[in-house]
Amino acid sequence: MAIMSYIDAITLAMKEEMTRDERVFVLGEDVGRKGGVFKATNGLYDEFGEYRVLDTPLAESAIAGVGIGAAMYGLRPIAEMQFADFIMPAVNQIISEASRIRYRSNNDWTCPIVFRAPFGGGIHGALYHSQSVEAIFANQPGLKIVIPSTPYDAKGLLKAAIRDDDPVMFFEHKRAYRLIKGEVPEEDYTIEIGKADVKRQGEDITVITYGLAVHFALQAAERLEKDGISAHILDLRTIYPLDKEGIIEAASKTGKVLLVTEDNKEGSIIGEVAAIIAENCLFDLDAPIMRLAGPDIPAMPYAPTMEKFFMINPDKVEKAMRELAEY
Amino acid sequence: MTTNRHAELGLTNEDVLTIFETMLMARRIDERMWLLNRAGKIPFVISCQGQEAAQVGAAFALDNTKDYIAPYYRDMGVVLHFGMTAKDLMLSAFAKAEDPNSGGRQMPGHFGQKKNRILTGSSPVTTQLPHAVGVALAAKIEKKDFITFVTLGEGSSNQGDFHEGLNFAGVHQLPCITMVENNNYAISVPYERQVASKTVAERASSYGMPGVRVDGKDPIEVYRVVKEAADRARSGGGPSLIEAVTYRLTAHSSDDDDRQYRTAEDIAEGKALDPLITFAKYLRDLDILPTDLEKEINERIMKEVNEATDYAESAPYATPESALLHVYAEKDGGNA
Repeated sequence: MAIMSYIDAITLAMKEEMTRDERVFVLGEDVGRKGGVFKATNGLYDEFGEYRVLDTPLAESAIAGVGIGAAMYGLRPIAEMQFADFIMPAVNQIISEASRIRYRSNNDWTCPIVFRAPFGGGIHGALYHSQSVEAIFANQPGLKIVIPSTPYDAKGLLKAAIRDDDPVMFFEHKRAYRLIKGEVPEEDYTIEIGKADVKRQGEDITVITYGLAVHFALQAAERLEKDGISAHILDLRTIYPLDKEGIIEAASKTGKVLLVTEDNKEGSIIGEVAAIIAENCLFDLDAPIMRLAGPDIPAMPYAPTMEKFFMINPDKVEKAMRELAEY
Repeated sequence: MTTNRHAELGLTNEDVLTIFETMLMARRIDERMWLLNRAGKIPFVISCQGQEAAQVGAAFALDNTKDYIAPYYRDMGVVLHFGMTAKDLMLSAFAKAEDPNSGGRQMPGHFGQKKNRILTGSSPVTTQLPHAVGVALAAKIEKKDFITFVTLGEGSSNQGDFHEGLNFAGVHQLPCITMVENNNYAISVPYERQVASKTVAERASSYGMPGVRVDGKDPIEVYRVVKEAADRARSGGGPSLIEAVTYRLTAHSSDDDDRQYRTAEDIAEGKALDPLITFAKYLRDLDILPTDLEKEINERIMKEVNEATDYAESAPYATPESALLHVYAEKDGGNA
């Protein structure tokens, strides 16, 4: 099995799916000749040609809307938003159109499209190249939202998203692109959308999170292990619709739950995770549900002091985990 | 002396009668919906009245066996030519389970029917334009010879999706015809408070495509310009923007009162130019529509509208719980 970076796993997933199914094509800004600003579509233009790796005008609503039209026709578009922060002009197309096409046509029309977007901070991206925007889309039935944390999950989940018959938002943590490496099988496999994954078995406390924060929690868990604290870590992987069973099982296992997101705290996806636990696990809990998130300011600032203050990191997660363990 | 303008375009007398009959069908269905609305039987109507000539003339220039259309909410004439029936439209008006557009989920005027390649539409305006461009992109990718046709009002030509979609179509020279049905009012706001350019058609110059302004009250003229655009698109010549100048004979919708913003003179002038009256006159002048035939057509249409109304009124609603269905693909069940 090859050791591969998170971004190379994403490129491989697209390449394999484009080879397998000629209906699959990529459209977005700079995805063609340049291979994407992060190089996620590197090499695909040369292999598949202009109209399967299409450089679009700089207009996000058209990228989404044209992709939606092609999907209704029966193609399998992968629409890349250069940064999740720039998805806002496309929100009408994604929410009013893509998410409702099957429902509003009473199952007559469908919209099998993937919206890929790099999100997340810690890369000196300031307010508009760092945001977590998933919560905006996380109360829109009809959409699925996937956020992988590892290269293995990224490949399997992206392939599943491309084959899915409904629109899938696929958010890739941009700091994970080259930071996170892992084993990725070279053969074809998919990972079921809608299922969380236990990334570490433990007995004392449960951490539920997603994206890059999974790795921060895993690092913190190693440190706590030395002090005899055993952490159970659940990676949500699909953050909408949530894997309620997986969440209930992980929370009930230890009775002490820490929820972590890089997003602002209020209104973030972990609030819904907390509600699921509160509804279902009250008598299994040994401590109040604890949340660790970004502060409720619009987005992370550029200056390193303020960026660091905003971002989740292994130290912050470790501190919260210890506090919970000692409760 | 009326001269025959359709023969030189390759339209037979039968063709123009079909156009007339489809226009009349749209008008009669629409009128019936207003009656039903005022009688308290259906909650909402949004009209095609006054725009049937543009709609049917344009649709007739397309290939209704393979082209894709993304109609806007007034386009009853377009969807009728593409295979939707009076019964289908009445089922939609009554929001019944059998409504092919949405199974009673959407308001009337939100057309969609996959078997006839009518893309499903929503209420936020102009979102359908990039969709039509996307289907045209699929035609180019798959090297198919179908084209796409999308319509909207002149107010909608101010939306970002108008600019983004047309620019995309222009850059890639896609087989997509956009027709703006300019009825001079976006609900209450007149053209000069909506659009900064003198015409909508001249906006085309920004998008690398021809822009043509046509009398939308004349189905033959609309047919002519849309046919030219369709032939061009089908042979790889790229997209077109067409502005059909029409008149809205009703208020914006059943919830609007246009006496608040339109003068009596304005309304009277619009009624005098009603395309159903002027086109019927054209056909009569050429002896294509003798009195007995006109009577027969009227009776046939009224019978169909009556039957459609009765059928739809007595058809069942969807069950309450069926609201949970079709959020995702069936293998996932509903979202319950």
